[in-house]
Amino acid sequence: MTKWYRENAPITAENLTDEWMRLKRGSVTRRHFLGVTGLGLATAVLARQPGLFNSAAYAQDLGTTMSLATWPNYHDPATFEAFTAATGVAVEVNVFGSNEEMLAKLQAGGTGWDLFVPTNYTISTYVKLGLIDPLDMSKLPAFSQASQSARFTSEGAIDAKTYALPKNWGTTGMAVNTSKIKTKITSWKDFFEVAMTEADGRAMVHDYQLTTIGSALVSLGYSFNSIKPEELAKAEELLIKVKPHLYGINSDYQPGMRATDAWMTMCWTNDGAQLNRDMPEIAYILGTDGGEIWTDFYAIPKSAANKPAGYALLDYLMTPANAVKEHIANGAPTTDSRVLALLPADVTSNKIVYPDEASLTKLEFGAAVTLTDPARAELMARFKSA
Amino acid sequence: MPLAPDRKRQLTTAALVAPAGLWLFVFLVLPFMAMVVFAFGERAPEGGYQAAFTFAQFANLPSRAAAFWNTLMIAPIGAFLCLIVAYPVAYYLAIKSNPKYRLVLVSLVVVPFWTSLLVRTYAWMYILGSRGIPNLLGMIGIEDVRLLNTPGAVLLGIVYGYLPLMIMPIYVSLEKLDRRLLEASADLGAKPVSTFFGVTLPLSLPGVMTGVALVTILLLGEYLIPQLLGGGKVFFIGNALVDLFLQSRNWPFGSAIAVTLVVVVVIVLSVAMRIAWKVSGSRQVDLV
Repeated sequence: MTKWYRENAPITAENLTDEWMRLKRGSVTRRHFLGVTGLGLATAVLARQPGLFNSAAYAQDLGTTMSLATWPNYHDPATFEAFTAATGVAVEVNVFGSNEEMLAKLQAGGTGWDLFVPTNYTISTYVKLGLIDPLDMSKLPAFSQASQSARFTSEGAIDAKTYALPKNWGTTGMAVNTSKIKTKITSWKDFFEVAMTEADGRAMVHDYQLTTIGSALVSLGYSFNSIKPEELAKAEELLIKVKPHLYGINSDYQPGMRATDAWMTMCWTNDGAQLNRDMPEIAYILGTDGGEIWTDFYAIPKSAANKPAGYALLDYLMTPANAVKEHIANGAPTTDSRVLALLPADVTSNKIVYPDEASLTKLEFGAAVTLTDPARAELMARFKSA
Repeated sequence: MPLAPDRKRQLTTAALVAPAGLWLFVFLVLPFMAMVVFAFGERAPEGGYQAAFTFAQFANLPSRAAAFWNTLMIAPIGAFLCLIVAYPVAYYLAIKSNPKYRLVLVSLVVVPFWTSLLVRTYAWMYILGSRGIPNLLGMIGIEDVRLLNTPGAVLLGIVYGYLPLMIMPIYVSLEKLDRRLLEASADLGAKPVSTFFGVTLPLSLPGVMTGVALVTILLLGEYLIPQLLGGGKVFFIGNALVDLFLQSRNWPFGSAIAVTLVVVVVIVLSVAMRIAWKVSGSRQVDLV
């Protein structure tokens, strides 16, 4: 049998495009694509070059898809496109509104997540319930413990074993549209007062027991993490008094604030930075009476279907050159001094993202007990159904 | 030996019913039984379920009384509003419209179902939000109107979302209506209004009852529309269930509420059907 004259010739640009589109449509497998285009061979040859794709994390077969569970407006979509281009693994992103919801899904099983983003105070519960394993640090060469700030990262390790690596830290403050609200708001006490007066019908609280109950407690002079029945009863009284005046109870408050349906909301650092970037009249304020400071972590569920890809994405995100783009897009402060050094000055000088140390002293990290305390859960339910 | 005709018919029936029966058993009866078992259990310390036998979950039901009350109030009101809007549409489609275009017009009623209810409800969020209708009202001098996140917005969303489910059964019962009855009524000197109330409306009541029952039952389990258009402030029993499973992870209490909701639905359904039988004077009430 004679051979067609182009049989062994390199693929034409036209055919490459065709094959690429077929791959994207899912008509052919990645293996077929790499085969016919010669890219597989090229990659195999290049892989032997020292310094190229030789990280331990990429050494195994990563499959073609993986799943990430995270928060709204929390990543630069370009990060995942670049990861897919580098590894061939497409990242499916699931978005959640509370740590309780993530825990509920993992407890019920069958999530298919290969990486997720729990907040500091939940990690001990995940470990206790056996839902996450210690990380194999040999698969995460890009992570550097030495460049991390222990203040933000300590809760990722339990009994000297590392279960989670830090994504970023942040605060829970107030976003206020200053063109609509003239009263100067400096504390959670002010927040709840203005919500019932000048911002009547225009204020939002989170659909999240930790921050909504916590901030109400702080406004009354109690600890953000209190589970004392008499203090919770006072917080409940305040929340139920405020409820008829609220615009909404929702953790996805950016749409309401951007449309100016809402004038004031409980707000996380990264959302505050994003809102202020696009609408300078929206100020981000930390309570002088207290509030929350937090760190979000990356962890790999025990039930992950594609752990190699989970590790690969985690290592990719821990690489400072990749992490810096994430931090610029997302607007939350980094825990890694290597990333801090790479960030542009207009980010590091942004007081929303990197506030003065003095404004942080009264803030508290969430406590593990609040996640599982039935009294706080029931209080939230009574507040919502009142 | 050939089977007796009776026996053969029984086998045929069994064969035809088996797939649906198996489906219902695996995906309805078994899960429901699991739910009943959970409802008598306890919440594990970190959430979820742990085995026990207690009536504590049912004793705790009054703590969700507000949610039950909201649902039991808004579901019939929503169904009634749907009815008021749906009846003229169904009447036009079945009686007044040109038969040539009827199929097209009836299809148009169903077209919204081609898009997810979630997407359509999000569209309402933008129409009712500050950049939508309030913005237009602002242009003619009516400032700071707030429509989104109010009980009114929830009712609007409900009527919009469930309207086709009300139109279709009414349309079907009106379409079956014998036109000669209308002619007879006119020949006997009845004005159009008395013909409508004396002939058309009573004969379409089975369709009306079906539509009301269908919409009410679905509304009893609704949670998406109150969540999105009520801003989390309008709390239905469906929202209480979502929170119990996804936030407080209290499976036993969630199961107890779900079991109670099923019981309520069964009661509502049987009462509605009984009234429908009485009104229509027959035992033939179709659900669709």
